[in-house]
Amino acid sequence: MFRIIYNITHSYLNKTINRILQQENIIVMVLPGNRKISNRADNDKFSLKHEEIGRPLYFDAQATTPLDPRVLDAMLPYLVSYHGNPHSRTHTYGWESEAAVEKAREQVAHLIGADPKEIIFTSGATESNNISVKGVARFYAPRKKHIVTTQIEHKCVLDSCRALEGEGFKVTYLPVGPNGIINLQELEEALTPETSLVSVMTVNNEIGVKQPIAEIGAICKKKKVFFHTDAAQALGKIALDVNAMNIDLMSISGHKIYGPKGIGALFIRRRPRVRVEPIQSGGGQERGMRSGTVPTPLVVGLGAACEIAEREMKYDHAWVEKLSQRFLDKIYSKLTHVIRNGDLEQSYPGCLNLSFAYVEGESLLMALKDVALSSGSACTSASLEPSYVLRAIGTDEDLAHSSIRFGLGRFTTMDEVDYTAEKTIKHVERLREMSPLWEMVQEGVDIKTIKWSQH
Amino acid sequence: MAHLILPNLRRSLSSPKSIGIIQTAAYHANVIDHYENPRNVGSLDKKDKNVGTGLVGAPACGDVMKLQIKVDENGKIIDAKFKTFGCGSAIASSSLATEWVKGKTVDEALKLKNTDIAKELSLPPVKLHCSMLAEDAIKAALSDYRIKQQDKNE
Repeated sequence: MFRIIYNITHSYLNKTINRILQQENIIVMVLPGNRKISNRADNDKFSLKHEEIGRPLYFDAQATTPLDPRVLDAMLPYLVSYHGNPHSRTHTYGWESEAAVEKAREQVAHLIGADPKEIIFTSGATESNNISVKGVARFYAPRKKHIVTTQIEHKCVLDSCRALEGEGFKVTYLPVGPNGIINLQELEEALTPETSLVSVMTVNNEIGVKQPIAEIGAICKKKKVFFHTDAAQALGKIALDVNAMNIDLMSISGHKIYGPKGIGALFIRRRPRVRVEPIQSGGGQERGMRSGTVPTPLVVGLGAACEIAEREMKYDHAWVEKLSQRFLDKIYSKLTHVIRNGDLEQSYPGCLNLSFAYVEGESLLMALKDVALSSGSACTSASLEPSYVLRAIGTDEDLAHSSIRFGLGRFTTMDEVDYTAEKTIKHVERLREMSPLWEMVQEGVDIKTIKWSQH
Repeated sequence: MAHLILPNLRRSLSSPKSIGIIQTAAYHANVIDHYENPRNVGSLDKKDKNVGTGLVGAPACGDVMKLQIKVDENGKIIDAKFKTFGCGSAIASSSLATEWVKGKTVDEALKLKNTDIAKELSLPPVKLHCSMLAEDAIKAALSDYRIKQQDKNE
């Protein structure tokens, strides 16, 4: 923890430095120059006093998760001692690396009820999604030129679809209801004899909504269409079984399940066989679908992360659910006009997307600078457009500007949840006091009836 | 460790030029200062003949500013208050605007430019609309005051 001393003067510095020098291991940080630390705020009620700044609390588990130390333990020998190329067939170094990769393949397969031969390793869920969407579409292109996806997919699926549209494919982007879930009847109606692939994500990364994967799988099986799901946010957090759910392709990411960054996997069914056109040309590793040397230490990490996730899924889910409920209870007990985006029942509890009406998301993030959070507000991105996911579920634009995502995970503690909830309540109240919209609502003015000047 | 850092420390303090600022976020220190210590937050009585109110922006765009001025008999702005729904830069822009119009005459206040606000706060291009909105808010408040005065004279 650093202590920041403002408005430092020469005489003060000399005195303190003499004192500091007698201690060891002290880092003195001076913020030089022209920061005018003012005591000019005329109203203490609105003044924030930040005295200490440390590392912020981490509440962004959907963006990435920290590496589990147990995963690191599994990886370390393969970074240092067992450094062989798993594709080397002529010596021990290659054999032991290959054995480690195959063990990891089993661990990943076991978590989703697949056969190890059906798992190929990639650089992450983005690559897996690219191989699935572009690979399947291009391979079956001579006969089938239509794919179906949703409006709330991850950018890499949507962008792959855009690329395919450029190649002459037809793509249907299914809308979602206000709760974020697709309509199964609409899905069934969208399928044509031309359709080669349906791609629907399991758990949404922004609003945490779970899609009815088993039902979608059944429809796809009935209509003989391949079903791909992006399970990056769902794997290890909710139970998934590729056979029970009739999933043909599944994208998996390492760093969302406390594994290393830069590794992912793709489940690709063998019976009935799903064929893809590879994106990357090369030595034909991973059954020719993803050429390039398999990174042994990362793969070992992914395998270990999957094994831990499988063993502790129930415990982790119960913990995250408990924290999530505690957080919501605290927020709702003190604040009104808070809207949870996405379905209340069918969603993963570790992803809480809340809109604090009449408070702009970015200004709230600025106040909550000791908590690492993400916002659906436009102002945090360069584009000035609010989140497309929130727009797809029909969130009012002003509420989309007010949304903040709280991501809870395995290593989030009760104290962190309490601190963040209290801080959030305090700052929402402060910013509402400063908000002209809140004032109008208190006066009974309906904001929707006002003619706003657009700029 | 302290020994090693000390020479740099002395130099940076005695040097007239600052050796780069450690920023807590991608914001300029002046934005953070205005955001953390906003000046003149609040409301004036909008029914008062000597108070002009400007309300600009739209909730759908993520920015709404309300700026109020109180003018005395000599045409001098004696008080200014704001309330803003918007990002940190929007709050800082309106806080700065109230600080600047206070003590000015109505005519002087009209001459305030968004570019001055943007310069003072070192706003990046993507946030320039915040400073334009602050200028619009001043203009809207002044015109509201003028209309009220005309009604009074008639």
